[in-house]
Amino acid sequence: MFQAWRNLYSKSDNAKAYSLLSPALFLIILVMLIPMALMLSFSSFTQVSMMEIDFTPTVQRYIDFFEKSLLVSLLIKSVKISFIVTLITLLTAYPVCYYIAFYVKKNKMLWLVLLTLPFWTSYLLRVFSWKIILGTKGVFNSTLLGAGIISEPLTFLMYSEEAVIITLTHAWAAFALLPLYVSLEKIDFSYIEAARDLGLSKFEVFWKVTFPLSLPGVIGAILIIFIPTVGDYVTPALIGGTEGRMLSNMIQAYFGKINNIPLGAASATIMLTTVILITAIVSYTTKRLTQRLS
Amino acid sequence: MNEKNNSLLVYTLIYFGFLYIPVLFLPIFSFNDANYMSFPLAGFTTDHYEEMWSKRNLHKALWASVKVGVVASVVSTAIALLAAKAFVRYKFRGQNVSYGAIMMPFLIPEIILAVSILIIWINLGFPLGLVPVTIGHILFCTPFAMLILIARIEGFDFSLEEASRDLGENAWGTFYRVSLPLYLPGIIAALLLSFIISFDEFILAFFLSGSDATLPMYMWNQMRFVKKLPHVLALGAVIIVFTTFIVLLAFWLRNVGQGKEKQDIAIKL
Repeated sequence: MFQAWRNLYSKSDNAKAYSLLSPALFLIILVMLIPMALMLSFSSFTQVSMMEIDFTPTVQRYIDFFEKSLLVSLLIKSVKISFIVTLITLLTAYPVCYYIAFYVKKNKMLWLVLLTLPFWTSYLLRVFSWKIILGTKGVFNSTLLGAGIISEPLTFLMYSEEAVIITLTHAWAAFALLPLYVSLEKIDFSYIEAARDLGLSKFEVFWKVTFPLSLPGVIGAILIIFIPTVGDYVTPALIGGTEGRMLSNMIQAYFGKINNIPLGAASATIMLTTVILITAIVSYTTKRLTQRLS
Repeated sequence: MNEKNNSLLVYTLIYFGFLYIPVLFLPIFSFNDANYMSFPLAGFTTDHYEEMWSKRNLHKALWASVKVGVVASVVSTAIALLAAKAFVRYKFRGQNVSYGAIMMPFLIPEIILAVSILIIWINLGFPLGLVPVTIGHILFCTPFAMLILIARIEGFDFSLEEASRDLGENAWGTFYRVSLPLYLPGIIAALLLSFIISFDEFILAFFLSGSDATLPMYMWNQMRFVKKLPHVLALGAVIIVFTTFIVLLAFWLRNVGQGKEKQDIAIKL
């Protein structure tokens, strides 16, 4: 019997692969999927008092969410900020990756290391460095004051939506650079040469050949920036003040000092749903776009 | 393309300036003899470093981060190694779904992972602290470690393992004598990079650590007080230098003994 199992096992790639994968899949199920399912069920409960939760299922928390104009406006603001950050990051990072992929010949290794390195440095410190730059007595203000360009510190720099956008653009840039670079680097240069030989202008070559071929990287970059920035907590908390607050800050408050875990769980679920919906829309439209372009 | 494009080169250099300069303010002001971070600089001092060294809570937080980082990186690299081997070695049903599932922690807003682990943990009646932080970090580091290991063992000649089995070595012996030495640079790179991710991770620690601060939590708690900022700057500068060193070491290790072609692929991950 044992021998029979053994033979079956050694013949089946499926069985071998899944026995190697089982620890990773267990981890995902136990530490991510089950906790997320529990979060979903908590969003249907009611916080009665500090320590007490009523477990009768209800959709009231979702109604609560959409009745509180603060929460709805924070959700909209989070999506808006992430959208702007994603757009700015893409537009500014694309030429850099384009340059490294097509023009750099010598020391490519060094450029690649420079491109990858910020990705690994502490996110908290990257955000913190902007507090040093934008603060009332910070680098920016003290330089302008010293140069006599302004006579009083600019207070609007910190604690605003714009400050959050600048900081997020800087902090997440490293994540956009990698997928963009990889997709541009993969492009077979003979396509571009062929397009040129056919008499297309530089501009046409870019829009009809290079850009469509780099779309997988663009989608990758969009998703890799948009998804985490919607749920970002650190930047709005450190840089945003009340003006630049985002939905995550309220979610944290519901789990912390406000202590309304069901409403916090409902807010988190709504955030996740929004992210999934937008991800689906982005992937679908870009897929259609690619088909039309090619 | 053989032409040059100088305007694009200038733009690229400016962009790298934007990427790197803000972070350089941390080390610059950590040697500045003032409590505020403004220009002109007030003079050179190493006081902030001495102050940093004297903080007992910082020592505690450092030790906590090291413990969490070591456990999280070892466990996630072990899990990721098995998974990476499955993806590189076999074609199997449900391959894409499994791959997507394992990469998911990388694609979900971290606050949602943190909040869901928090809910299950407190409802199981367990106390907050370094244990749930470590579990969260294992979840978060595994996809990264797997990407690094897949890049390293892709193109690995599995007939070497088969040859070893045919010559009578058992599974463990084959792993120990054949696979491990060949995987080793990749494994060490995955260990180092997962350690760095865990060491710098903030959100999971923020929700799950309770009163056991990790190093990023310690910095967060100090950042609220203007007077304490200078020694946070010194600490930040040390962390940046340390992180950069480890990451460069990991890059180097990952590329050891690989051809030029392969190096380019490896660094992209």
